[in-house]
Amino acid sequence: MNIMVCLSQVPDTTTRIVFTADGKSLDKSGVQFIINPYDELALTKALELNEALGSGSVTVVHVGRADSESNLRKAMAIGADKAIRVDADATDSIQVARELKAVATKGNYDLILCGRESIDYNGGVVGGLLAELLGLPLINIMTSMSSNGKDAEVSFDVDGGRAFAQVSHPFVATCQKELTEPRIPNMRGIMMARTKPLEVVSAETDSGPTQVSRFDLPPAKSGCRFVDPADMDQLVTLLHEQSKVI
Amino acid sequence: MKTDRFQHPDHYLIDELLTEEHKLIRDSVREWVKRELSPIIEDYAQRAEFPRHILRGLGEIGAFGPSLPAEYGCGGLDQISYGLIMQELERCDSGIRSTASVQGSLVMFPIYAYGSEEQKRRFLPKLAGGELMGCFGLTEPDFGSNPGGMITNYRDRGNHYVLNGAKMWISNAPFADIAIVWAKNEEGRIHGLIVERGMEGFTTPETHNKWSLRASATGELVFDDVKVPKANLLPGVSGLKGPMSCLDSARYGIAWGAVGAAMDCYDSALNYARERIQFDKPIAAFQLTQKKLAEMVTEITKAQLMNWRLGVLKNEGRATTAQISMAKRNNVEIALRIAREARQIHGGMGITGEYPIMRHMMNLESVVTYEGTHDIHLLITGMDITGIAAFR
Repeated sequence: MNIMVCLSQVPDTTTRIVFTADGKSLDKSGVQFIINPYDELALTKALELNEALGSGSVTVVHVGRADSESNLRKAMAIGADKAIRVDADATDSIQVARELKAVATKGNYDLILCGRESIDYNGGVVGGLLAELLGLPLINIMTSMSSNGKDAEVSFDVDGGRAFAQVSHPFVATCQKELTEPRIPNMRGIMMARTKPLEVVSAETDSGPTQVSRFDLPPAKSGCRFVDPADMDQLVTLLHEQSKVI
Repeated sequence: MKTDRFQHPDHYLIDELLTEEHKLIRDSVREWVKRELSPIIEDYAQRAEFPRHILRGLGEIGAFGPSLPAEYGCGGLDQISYGLIMQELERCDSGIRSTASVQGSLVMFPIYAYGSEEQKRRFLPKLAGGELMGCFGLTEPDFGSNPGGMITNYRDRGNHYVLNGAKMWISNAPFADIAIVWAKNEEGRIHGLIVERGMEGFTTPETHNKWSLRASATGELVFDDVKVPKANLLPGVSGLKGPMSCLDSARYGIAWGAVGAAMDCYDSALNYARERIQFDKPIAAFQLTQKKLAEMVTEITKAQLMNWRLGVLKNEGRATTAQISMAKRNNVEIALRIAREARQIHGGMGITGEYPIMRHMMNLESVVTYEGTHDIHLLITGMDITGIAAFR
């Protein structure tokens, strides 16, 4: 299959989040960016599907600037055949989805995989927006998939349960944790990635329609306070007067 | 064992001296170590057992001969990449790094540098993948720092050689498929032979009851009239420079590896000092703890810079034996000191298997002695600057 994997990069999970002085963006100094873990699952699943079929191609597509190319190179070291970087700052979900659509329409893809969400802004809508823009079915929060190249058997999370379905290619799916285990690049992959193509294409638009006015950090967590189990009155008083939750 | 959340200190922004590919290699090996090794290493060390199931994985991540050419199934990577791989493995455990060092520098390197084309094609691809494992026989019961005095010898018997003697303190010996054995011929010249498991008269008894490198298999090599085909002699080298050139390569890897162990001890100590509350504040707030931590990160930074520079020199083919000696000696020494200080910061917890400190400390007691003892390396530096050998 010809598979497109949408890939974003996010701050490493151990990053201490600091915003710029105007509060409008993340202070990126000293921040290490990694491939969004859900997108890494999408990439691994794409490789597994093609390995099972015995042939195919996997293209990772990213909207971002040149500083993300080390992660695209990593994606190719994991096994992607090609990378396309849309040269723009990703500002909101609809902008990213529109740019991905522009790439997707030129690629004749049988399957487009995204992570279920990015772990920085956690919007979780790019996959859905992309499916809508392309007029393709969406399998959202997919937990398993097998395919013969024409039709696929999938399962996906729904509120309080799980659904099982058949769907014909092409379609868009967003990937959930248990779909597979992410792969670590091996030496052969790292060597092969040196010569794989990384194409840079111009963006359709400069930025999305949303502009952030300000970010606030969540309030600092207060310490844990222990109450004597025999003193329910004190607990109720604290919940009522201090925490104001009852 | 706690979840491995290691992050390396980079006080001088040395990452900026590395290429994107260097960082990808380092981070990939670190990720592999965190997933495959960290959860099991303590258990294997406690049971004094080598985790043999990881060999193929080590091969895949490029731990075996990564800087040898791709045409023999190796990585074709540079020397800094090799160093970073050794650093990440020893960050987990010196025993695992030892296995990789032996395979890459002491088995694959001599086959590559001194072997026939047929030997290279026959052995290198399988050794790179971890399908075949090797060991290196130089040290003997009575000849450690003075390997030139070795007794192990072989005699020409027409269509084969007959090998006799014994080697000891051999990492990987108990499970190795082949051994690179250095032995004297009739003229007393040292040559390398590839001895294969299964050859009659060749045995590899395991060394038990070690308090160090417990997750690594160590043994002896015993040769009792072993018939070795003539095709198994390494044709490209004669004399002590053969094994010594291998040791240069391995010691270079140790210089990087020891920094890995030091960084692990430091990272654990720093986190513990921040979390451990005494007298109503974290022990990191006390000056004596800060002194320890500050000295640790200073020594680590110096060692990181030394390794990077040595790597550049090695890439250019300019690193000398004496320079490698200095880095091996310095970095193992600072790693040992850091392990001891880190143990103190951890208090009583530092002696348990909950933390990696004591395991690193005990491992490093081997590392400070093998591949040239601490004192001999000092004398190599002494010889380098005075022109006078003090160990002969």
